[in-house]
Amino acid sequence: MNWKRATIAVLASVPLIALFAYGFTRDPGEIPSPLPGREAPHFALEVFAPGEAPLARRVGDTISLRELTGKVTVVNFWASWCLACRDEHSALSETARQYAGSPTQFIGVLYNDRPSLGANWIAGMGGQSYPSVLDERSRTAIDYGLYGVPETFIIDPSGRIAYKHIGPITSSVLRSWIDSLLPGAATDTASVLETR
Amino acid sequence: MSRRARVTAAFLAVLCLAGPALAQDAGAPARPAFSEEDPALEARTSALASTLRCPVCQGESIQDSPSELAQNMRAVVRDQLRAGKTPDEVKAYFVSKYGEWILLEPEMKGLNVLLYLFPVLLVIGGLTFVAFLVRRWTTPQPDIR
Amino acid sequence: MIGLIAHNALLISVAVIAFGAIVAPFAIRSGRREWLQLTYGAVYTNFVLVSLATALMIVALVTHDFSVSYVAAVGSRSTPLLFTVISLWGALEGSILFWAWVLALYAAAVVWFHRDRPGNLVPYAAMTMLAVAGFFALLLAGPADPFVPVWPVPADGPGPNTLLQNHVLMAVHPPLLYLGYVGMTVPFAFAIGAILSNEASSNDWAILSRRWMLASWAFLGAAIIAGMWWSYEVLGWGGYWAWDPVENASFLPWLTATAYLHSVMVQERRNMLRLWTLNLCVATFVLTILGTFLTRSGILSSVHAFTTGTIGYYFLAFIAVVLVATLVLVAGNSERIRATGNLGGVASRETVFLLNNLFLTAVMLTVLVGTLYPLVAEAIRGVKVSVGEPFFNRMAVPAMVALIFLMGVGPSLPWGSTTVAEARRRMIAPAIGAAILGAIGVLAGARGMYAILAFAFVGYAVVGNLREYWIGMRARHNAHGEGWGTALLRLIRGNRRRYGGYVAHIGVLFVALGITASSIFRSEREATLLPGETLTVAEHTVRLKSVWGREEPQRSVIGATLDVLGKDGEVIGTVEPRMNYYHVSDQPVPTPDVRSSLRGDLYVNLSAFEPNGAHATVKVIVEPLVPWIWFGGLVMVVGAVIGMFHRGRRTRVPPAPVASAPLPEPRVMETVP
Repeated sequence: MNWKRATIAVLASVPLIALFAYGFTRDPGEIPSPLPGREAPHFALEVFAPGEAPLARRVGDTISLRELTGKVTVVNFWASWCLACRDEHSALSETARQYAGSPTQFIGVLYNDRPSLGANWIAGMGGQSYPSVLDERSRTAIDYGLYGVPETFIIDPSGRIAYKHIGPITSSVLRSWIDSLLPGAATDTASVLETR
Repeated sequence: MSRRARVTAAFLAVLCLAGPALAQDAGAPARPAFSEEDPALEARTSALASTLRCPVCQGESIQDSPSELAQNMRAVVRDQLRAGKTPDEVKAYFVSKYGEWILLEPEMKGLNVLLYLFPVLLVIGGLTFVAFLVRRWTTPQPDIR
Repeated sequence: MIGLIAHNALLISVAVIAFGAIVAPFAIRSGRREWLQLTYGAVYTNFVLVSLATALMIVALVTHDFSVSYVAAVGSRSTPLLFTVISLWGALEGSILFWAWVLALYAAAVVWFHRDRPGNLVPYAAMTMLAVAGFFALLLAGPADPFVPVWPVPADGPGPNTLLQNHVLMAVHPPLLYLGYVGMTVPFAFAIGAILSNEASSNDWAILSRRWMLASWAFLGAAIIAGMWWSYEVLGWGGYWAWDPVENASFLPWLTATAYLHSVMVQERRNMLRLWTLNLCVATFVLTILGTFLTRSGILSSVHAFTTGTIGYYFLAFIAVVLVATLVLVAGNSERIRATGNLGGVASRETVFLLNNLFLTAVMLTVLVGTLYPLVAEAIRGVKVSVGEPFFNRMAVPAMVALIFLMGVGPSLPWGSTTVAEARRRMIAPAIGAAILGAIGVLAGARGMYAILAFAFVGYAVVGNLREYWIGMRARHNAHGEGWGTALLRLIRGNRRRYGGYVAHIGVLFVALGITASSIFRSEREATLLPGETLTVAEHTVRLKSVWGREEPQRSVIGATLDVLGKDGEVIGTVEPRMNYYHVSDQPVPTPDVRSSLRGDLYVNLSAFEPNGAHATVKVIVEPLVPWIWFGGLVMVVGAVIGMFHRGRRTRVPPAPVASAPLPEPRVMETVP
């Protein structure tokens, strides 16, 4: 037995084992988005679901991201065929209503769906307080690096993406981000993250 | 209402509510405009689309994937190429949206260079080693060790 | 009740395995060889116990006994019987049980066939296989127990994964895969046994394990081809290989096994490459475990990945133990194992085998590193990257093309050495084959160096291998006046291994040809058709007839019927691509329809449809020579079967060395061709 060679060979295998062990700490399905911190991709999309007063917009109007500078903008991608979107519907709709008096704007973007099916879905869910727009051929979804629905982007008043949420969002997440981004609020995002 | 009950109740009319993929399919434009007027552009689009990973699939390229998102991404590739962007610029666009993960073939830079160098060095080194072995083993010597 | 009996059978098997594995070294060291019967008995008993558990699982599946956790997870009353039975390997726990059963079967077969061989090789090999079986038995007793009682008993279950119950190839691919994967434990066990019994410095163990490796190699090769076929028939994208991590994991041990099957010949003939061959045995086994680990742990994203649980940690621990134990044994003894033979000459078959091993290893390491690179990149750079098809095509395909060329060169060079003039003379016919097929490829539209080279080399190698048959048959015909058919049969019977090998080569070449042609000349179009409208792709025309729906017990089926039109617009057949909506899943399973001929496939997939049946979107793909891939796989297996029944050179059996005895002098094997 040549123990020196044996030891060298065993040591050579350590990085491989370590690599696999490291693999357990990662989730291959979770891909970080490069978007947060960058300027939000511009869009100008046509309203198909008006929302409710006081947040309503006329059907056929165009909502342009540029005109929302100065507001905290919440962009939610959804679809009528998406089951998880049902879970977050009331959180979004009610939070939007609660912040109706602040400089905020909620926008739903219909992803990969027909407007008629989307409108039916909203009616079936008991209405939605804010307007939803159409994303023809998913151009905006691709601009936002979408993997699936629901995904929610929170854009700060200067037009930069502050946060991307994958999966159904809750009202507490929405509130803490909006509060921290509204003009005059403490902009310490770290404390926001902690309070969640 | 259970899924089966729905399906049996009104087969075709109800199917459009059945599942995501179905609704996606139903949501496709009635007569999708396949841009086949320019075979050269199509070829460049497919070549580039085969190097981009479909975000909603597993390991498939947006060229191979039948999913709606992949089709729409292919359309973006086509439009950007038609608008005169180079393939590298189109790739850079997708990387800026989805991260390097979107590239099925990592860019040849930084650490990735090692990934490309490894097979080349392996073959070169291996050939040298085999040449050395053949030389040694064909030289008559009583005991080489 | 079934669950309880089976669970206890598995628990007892853990004890039996542990006992059998521990007895072996004591029996050998104390010289009480009769105790080895206990080890062998443990191997047989384990086979009986695991067979019982597996049979009970099948009974539980067929009788819908939902009190058994595995049945509750994958069973369903509406699933057809065939798919109920094969859901045995459709999910994690069942697949581990099946694995354990195949391993128990192999271990019992090895002991049965080799039990009378003197020496300590077989006892140590049995011990090694018991140790591996022990790991799987432990998994079944705990983290992957398929027999956990379920209470209250559900009335029905979800049924197997919908992708797995959509095609009959799922009854074929997994068993072949396990027979191949698990079979590679046998050569590994012989390698470990050879080191432990001090027989690694002879060549007998490698020759003994050759047949087992050949069988496993054939099973694994057939499994890979069947898997490609399944992917082609079910996933609806018209492809068969995507360099997915799990596909790569099945390919890696096949590559090292192929290298072994060649290097062992050099070892046998020229007493060389002994340490290398042993390393290939060990590497093949480690790669099978690694592949299973990658599939079961979920550390790489993959289409085929099983649902993950804690089982990945157990596999990691097992890989670590296997790696450390074998590296200590192999590296620690490497100086004693190393062989001392010599090459006859530069222009010889041995040299080609060295190159073949080099390129096979290069492809293996390239694919392995590419597969693991996303983990490396994330660990070092903290960035998620993908390594997919374009990378592997660019980096691994050139070496594979070189291998095709070597497949033609090797058979036409003799063992030992030859003159340059003779070597050149033997290459004339293959070179003509290369020119012809290369020209056909170019005329058909192949562009790019590797594409053209692939065609030319396939032509070269086909002729190179057929030429060997021709020369042998002609010699018999002229010398003995045999008829050509008789000459062929007697030629093969005279050296089954050699001529079986050439048949396997031809099979691989068919696969290579099919892959090359179908990836270069593939043409596809997708269009939305109204009934009566046609779509033409590469001279194939289909016409939409109708869109229809149908209810089945476990699924709803939407299909489109299309007529296939001949040159004059006459109907020459119909295709019915479908989409199957299983009640348990929201994801439809595409079911393309394929019309095959020797020239290629017309592949039609239904990608979308209008719910009212007004129109359907179909993707039509024309892929030349695809059936050659499946056919080539069959030929490969036939070649392996011919080679397996080779009556090996009689080898003397070494005297049983005592554990501490000095190593016997390496014996140079006879080198007559």
